[in-house]
This record gives sequence, C-alpha cells and structure tokens, in this order.
Amino acid sequence: MSRSEGGRALRHTVLDVIRARPALRTALAAVVPVGFVTVLLFLPYLLLLVHSFWRLEGGAITHHFTLENYRRLFGTTLYPSTIWFSAGIAIRVTLLSLALAYPLAYVVAFKVKRHRKLMYMAVIIPLWVSYLVRAYAWKIILGQSGILNGLLEAAGLIDQPLTFLLYSRWAVILALTHIYTPFTLMPIYAVLEAIPPELKEASHDLYASRWQTFLRITLPLSLPGVLAGSTFAFVLSMGDFLAPQLLGGNDSALMVSNLVWSLFGVAYNWPLGAAVSVVVLLLTLGLLWLANKVETAMSYAGERADLAGQRVSVAEAARGRR
Amino acid sequence: MAPLLELRRLSKRFGTFAAVDDLSLEIGSGEFLTFLGASGSGKTTTLRMIAGFESPTAGEIFMGGGSITALPPFKRDINTVFQHYALFPHMSVRENIGYGLRMRGVPAAERSTRVTHALHMVQLAELGDRSPRQLSGGQQQRVALARALVNRPRVLLLDEPLGALDLKLRKEMQLELKRLQTQLGITFVYVTHDQEEALTMSDRIALMRQGRIEQLGTPQDLYDRPRSRYVADFIGDTNLLSGTVVESGEGRVSLLIGDVRLIGVSDAPLEPGAEAWLSVRPEAIRVANAAGAGSPHTADGNGLNAKVSELVYAGSTVRLHAVLPSGQRLVAYAQVGASLEPGVEVQLTWPIERGRCVAE
Repeated sequence: MSRSEGGRALRHTVLDVIRARPALRTALAAVVPVGFVTVLLFLPYLLLLVHSFWRLEGGAITHHFTLENYRRLFGTTLYPSTIWFSAGIAIRVTLLSLALAYPLAYVVAFKVKRHRKLMYMAVIIPLWVSYLVRAYAWKIILGQSGILNGLLEAAGLIDQPLTFLLYSRWAVILALTHIYTPFTLMPIYAVLEAIPPELKEASHDLYASRWQTFLRITLPLSLPGVLAGSTFAFVLSMGDFLAPQLLGGNDSALMVSNLVWSLFGVAYNWPLGAAVSVVVLLLTLGLLWLANKVETAMSYAGERADLAGQRVSVAEAARGRR
Repeated sequence: MAPLLELRRLSKRFGTFAAVDDLSLEIGSGEFLTFLGASGSGKTTTLRMIAGFESPTAGEIFMGGGSITALPPFKRDINTVFQHYALFPHMSVRENIGYGLRMRGVPAAERSTRVTHALHMVQLAELGDRSPRQLSGGQQQRVALARALVNRPRVLLLDEPLGALDLKLRKEMQLELKRLQTQLGITFVYVTHDQEEALTMSDRIALMRQGRIEQLGTPQDLYDRPRSRYVADFIGDTNLLSGTVVESGEGRVSLLIGDVRLIGVSDAPLEPGAEAWLSVRPEAIRVANAAGAGSPHTADGNGLNAKVSELVYAGSTVRLHAVLPSGQRLVAYAQVGASLEPGVEVQLTWPIERGRCVAE
C-alpha cells in the first residue's frame, strides 16, 4: 500500500466517523463561528475588563488588582462630563436623524409608487461611501475657503469667510447626522412598509382623516422601527471617534472615544483608558437592554408576524382584483 | 321610492384594463345586494369605489340623492368589512370597535354603551379587552362586523367577509349576517365569488363579468331565468346542451341538438341559425327506464333518450351521468333503488318551461 493510498483511507475513516455522529458534526460546524466570536470579541473585552483593574506604576502596567482607575474616573469631573457631553451630542444627532429619516422613510414607503427600490437604494447609498470620505467632505464644505463660504461670498452675503462653521460642535453633529441617518432610516422604512395598506383604509373608512390615521395607526405601528433606528443613531454617534477628531473645535474635539484613544495612545495609561471603555460599554449595553425591553413592552412582537401574514394576503387580494 | 345608492355609468381603468366598464345600478334602502363574480370581474373594484378607496375613471356615485363621487372615504356615511378584517393590532377589541365613534367625537360614556351593545350583538361580550390576535378567525370577523355596525352606517360594504372561514362557520355566519341585516334594516352591499352564498343571503344579485353586470335580479331570477349561458353556468349546477337555433318566437325557441329537436323557453328571441344552449337543471329532469317503450315525449321537444354511463350515490339521491347519442353528457338525479345500471337506456324528460334557451 503506497503512502497516498494510506492517507486516503485514513481520510475516509475520519469522514465516516464524523458522518456517523450528528452531535460531533454539529460541534465541528460550531467551532469556527464560536472560535471567531471568542477570539475576536470575548477575549478582547475580557482583556479590557482585566486591564481596568490593573495598576500603572512608573510607566509600566503591573498586574495588581485595584479600583484606583474607577475611583479616579468618578473622582474628577473630566471623565463623567466627557461621557455626558458625548451623550448630549448623540442625543442631538439622534433627534436630527429621526427628523430626517422618518419623513423620508414615509415618503419612500407610501408615496413613491414607481422605482421605490431605486429610491430606497439612493437613500442607502451613502453607506457605501467610505466613512472617511464623508467626514472629509464636510471639511471641504464648511472650511474657511470651503464651498459654503465661497457661495456666500459670491452671493455677496458676507465679506469675510465665516470661521465658526468648521471645528465646532455643530459641524460634528452635522457630519454624524449625515453619516448615521441611513441607519435610522432602514428600520423605520422596514416597519412602515410592513403595515398593511388595509389598516389605513379601515381607518379612513371609520371617519379618521389622513392626519388622524397617521397619529393613531401608522405612527404607533412604526414605533418599534423608530426605537431601533434611534438606538442605532445614538449608540453609533456616541462612540464615534473620527468626526470629532476631524471637525470638532476646542469645545467638541473631545468625545469619549477620543478620550479613550488619547489615554491609550498619548498618555499610555491603558488601565484608566480601559476603565473608561468599560463604563461606556456598560452604559451602551444598558441602553440596548432598555431599548429591547421597551420594544417588547410595546408588544407588537406577535402582531408583526400577523401583519406580515396580512400583507401577503392583501397582496394576493390585489392580484386577484387586477 | 328613490334609491339609496346609485351608480351611474361608473368606469374604472387601470392602464388599458377596464376593471369596471360603464356600470349603472340602483340599490334600494334596506336592500341586500350582492356583487357576484369570478376574480377579476370588477366586483371588488366597484365596492372600493363605493367606499371611496378608488376614484372612478368616469361616472358618478349618488347616495340619498347627492353625489359622493368626490368625497374621501372618511366623509362617507358608509362602513366596510374587509376581507382580512383589517383590525388594528395595537388596540383592544373594544378600542377597535369604538374607533369610528371616537373619530366622530361621540362622548366617552355613550361610546362605551354603544361598544358594549355592539359586542353583545355579535356575541363577543366577554372578549372586549382581548387583543385581536388572541381571537380566532371567526371572532375577528365578528369584531370587524361590530366595528362597522356600531356606527350605524346607512350602507355596509362587505368584501368577501367569509372567505377566510371554514365551511361550517361560513354557513353559520351567512345566517347571522342575514339576520343582522334584516333586524337593523341597513343596506348591505356584499361581494363574493361564492354563488351559493349569494343565493342564500341576497335580495338581489348583480352577476359581474368583465367589469359589467351580466344579469341583475333576485336569486330566483338568476337561477330559473338565466339570460345567458354564462349566468346559467355560473349559478348552480346545470346541463348545457349546445345546438343551433331552428326557429324562435312567442317566448319559445326550437333548437337542433345533435339530430334531436328540443324546445326551450327564452325571454329574448334568438336568431335562427345562431349557436345557442339549452340549460336544464339536473333536479328538473325525470328519469325513466326506456327499455322496450317508445319515446312519446321526445317528439314534444322536452325529452331525450340517453345511455347511463355512471351512477354516483349521494345519500338521498343518486347522481346519474348519461351520454346522448351525439356524445353530449347530462346529469340528472335518480331515486335510490331505481333499477338502473351503467349501459341501460333511459328516457330523460322535463317540464318544458324548465328548459331555458340561452346564447353566449
């Protein structure tokens, strides 16, 4: 028997053993995803957590348990106020994103009859453009010799370029809103589109005007999407790092992610940086948990399946009618 | 008496397709009128125009003498029961039923009384605080009905409301709907593709075909006096024997079917030489064993000789399938225990006025 034949035989034996045992097969199939998540997600978080309880002594990290980092974090106003400031930016971004995304999703879902898919893609397309490009674009628009100043000057509205446009918190909010609005829009659109048109007709049939129908039927039924979209916008912009770096001013270049970055990088204080990260992580997880709770409490979880079912039958009815 | 609802030369086109084509109809107060037709015949589109969900391409709709063509649905004194109920999933049963009253600004106390009353009316008194998804299909149907009726509309539109229910429940609901309609005196405009449902409940049926009314009349009119082959075929079971018109006049038409001449009745004269059908309902046919006997009735034009091809036992009767010498087939009902078997020659006769001559 040659070596290659022997190898083939062994391979066959191994495959037979695997085939004969469904449990083993499942375990093998699970190894890759579980391993992936463990190595790239859980281990780093664990490291982060462990680091936050270690001590920095004379520029070196020593492996002695301490709560000093957390004490320092909450002992000064710098860290809590930065977290608070970041949350403030994130709330503004969330509200602006909602204000933009909801009407847009509504129009695309209900008013656009033809090319709806195309319209939806057009709204989503910014997501395909590199984040960095989008952030830099705002530099070009808002800069001292930027497009906006150029236009205003050409129109004769200003003599001197406006300097407060760029490097301000509003520049950060503007850019973040631009970047994260598609994330807000997607879940809202998905929920709106799943509302059976029959429900709106039923509301009109029962004497409700268009506005009343919106307030009492469409809006309540779309709240889960609004909640999901808001969570996206808030969490993503709260943790954003590049927009404040590129566009922020004296008052706004320092969001919590920038703080963590400088603690890890410039200050080489990994334990403190890790502690700040852990606090922000816990806040974010708490928020996600809360959002999930609220969504469940709104209790459309069951109905959404019904809605989808109704929608199919409505579509069938419409086909029958034509 | 003036009609409550009038459709005047109503048309609805989707692109080049005419879903409803120049349709005119008057519906009386307290009437139960059914639009009956196959899918795509325009019955639902007509209903949706009455409700205000579709605006007609041409024509007008009048209610109580005034035009409502331009009114949005929420300004029409009409309510709809939808095919898939369309209950609001985020509201309780009571909130669903009270929705219309609330939108009309009925005070809370009165609203509550009327909702309770409506719940009793559809026998759901115990379920007011449930969510619609906790109800069975039949119960959801009743909620949809209560949600519409609680507003005491002048006209109630029902779009295949029983389509999603099983047969037994459907039969029960048919009777209940009819009872409610008689009791409340509300005009019902009903859409269905189920001819039996239409026959059971309606005062009048408008049989729709390709966006037009093929025939309008009482269930008995449509069953006993179909004006076309389509109507005869659509309503109930019937035998359609195709032949050629020999002569016609004074309500009688003589047809040549195979090599037999048969006579039928017809409201409209038919052109000699034209293609036509004789429609004879199975229950009108008398079956006799033809062995040895002559065929005295065939000469009268209301009887045939045929050969039994199949006997199907159906409880109280036997369905008898017979083949004519020309190859056309016929169904009749025979008595259980009659000495019949496949291959036997039978004589089939019927009262002359039960044979209807119809054109396409």
